[in-house]
Amino acid sequence: MQYITPILLVALIGLIAGVILTIAAKFMAVETDETALLVLEALPGANCGACGFAGCEDYANALVADRENTKANLCTPGGNQVVKDISEILGLEFEEAAGKIAIMKCSGTLDRTSYSMDYQGYPTCQASKLFYKGRGKCQTACLGFGDCVAVCDYDAIKIENGIAVIDREKCVGCGLCAKACPNYLIEIVPEKTRVVVGCSSIDKAKATRQICTIGCIACNRCVKECKFDAIHVIDNHAVIDYEKCTNCTLCSKVCPTKVIHVYPRIKKN
Amino acid sequence: MKEMVIILFSAILVNNFVLVRFLGICPFLGVSRKLDSAVGMSFAVIFVMVLATIVTFPIYMGLLIPLGIEYLQTIVFILVIAALVQLVETTLKKNMPALYKSLGVYLPLITTNCAVLGVTILNIDESYTFIQSIVNALGAGIGFLLAMVLFAGVRQRIENNNFPIAFKGIPATLIAASIVSLSFMGFAGVIDGLLGL
Repeated sequence: MQYITPILLVALIGLIAGVILTIAAKFMAVETDETALLVLEALPGANCGACGFAGCEDYANALVADRENTKANLCTPGGNQVVKDISEILGLEFEEAAGKIAIMKCSGTLDRTSYSMDYQGYPTCQASKLFYKGRGKCQTACLGFGDCVAVCDYDAIKIENGIAVIDREKCVGCGLCAKACPNYLIEIVPEKTRVVVGCSSIDKAKATRQICTIGCIACNRCVKECKFDAIHVIDNHAVIDYEKCTNCTLCSKVCPTKVIHVYPRIKKN
Repeated sequence: MKEMVIILFSAILVNNFVLVRFLGICPFLGVSRKLDSAVGMSFAVIFVMVLATIVTFPIYMGLLIPLGIEYLQTIVFILVIAALVQLVETTLKKNMPALYKSLGVYLPLITTNCAVLGVTILNIDESYTFIQSIVNALGAGIGFLLAMVLFAGVRQRIENNNFPIAFKGIPATLIAASIVSLSFMGFAGVIDGLLGL
């Protein structure tokens, strides 16, 4: 008896636990959609949020749950290949991915502008911005600590001579850097974009001149030159409306400070 | 009543399971990186601790002692706790998928978490009554929560700092943990003083 009781007891408790767990598993079963899993596998898994959903899984679930209203071409990091895969899985018609790219709206390298202080605090843009609006003489200048570099999953951005420089061939347009920049200097625009105003200065022309040799002085010459009504001066700097811009580059030719840059076409794949 | 308050507070502060008795260190170091998952994990532990006590205490008193097989204590407790954790896991998966995902491997690790097994065994060792045991388990759980929340805050500070490369990551975390533990040593004797015993 002294051998049987303990064995029976442990077996009995195990049995009861097993029965309870079986019942729980039945009642609490989570229905996992096979298609959603397939879509999730097709996505790049970077969880960058470029599609507007909370992550790849969220996007996959939304795609499966609401096929008519959720577009399959929202994944810009994945590009056309991923869109093709997803469309195949879901049986949708293939629509080309809306390619995006990041642009940098400051050109204040260290030879063009300078720092107003010798900042010694936490080496992040976020922290530097909190301290008297950042270390640059221009309060909308790139802070140069590379918060954007830290968030980039694709090694497409680096700090060169005090400002962030985007590698247009590596950039997938996920927008993580745009969210990380405390000065909102990075914008996500259509992939075909080649003309970029490299300044976001909100200072008046005279002040801009004094602190930065390349800053936009809001002279309005680009606005007059543009035939497509695509460039305007807002808050003392030129802003391009990328829905109207045709990359004709006329504005860059008349710019007196040469702050409107023209990049070569991207050669991807 | 006064006795309950003493048991509760000494479990939270004086004999904090994580920082003074160093039980349950692995989730303490593993899940404390983010405040949200630290809090979620702590509530899962509180729940499992209290439930484990409610289940194991009657089993010990009603089955193991009358049958004279107290030596089965450890294996029976582990069995019960494992089943409970599995139950919590299934429930979380169904109702809070986000929390379930952020806890990751640490949730099944509650199964063999020494803090949970520790609280059930200590209840027996201290010969608490049923109610006292539950209060002790609750206190242990809240103490775990306190340690996790405090340490999540400390860790956020650590990650924003520039350390010498040799200290980066786990070494810095462990050193910080030891300092937090040191601060809890200051609570020794505080309960007697507070309640005027």
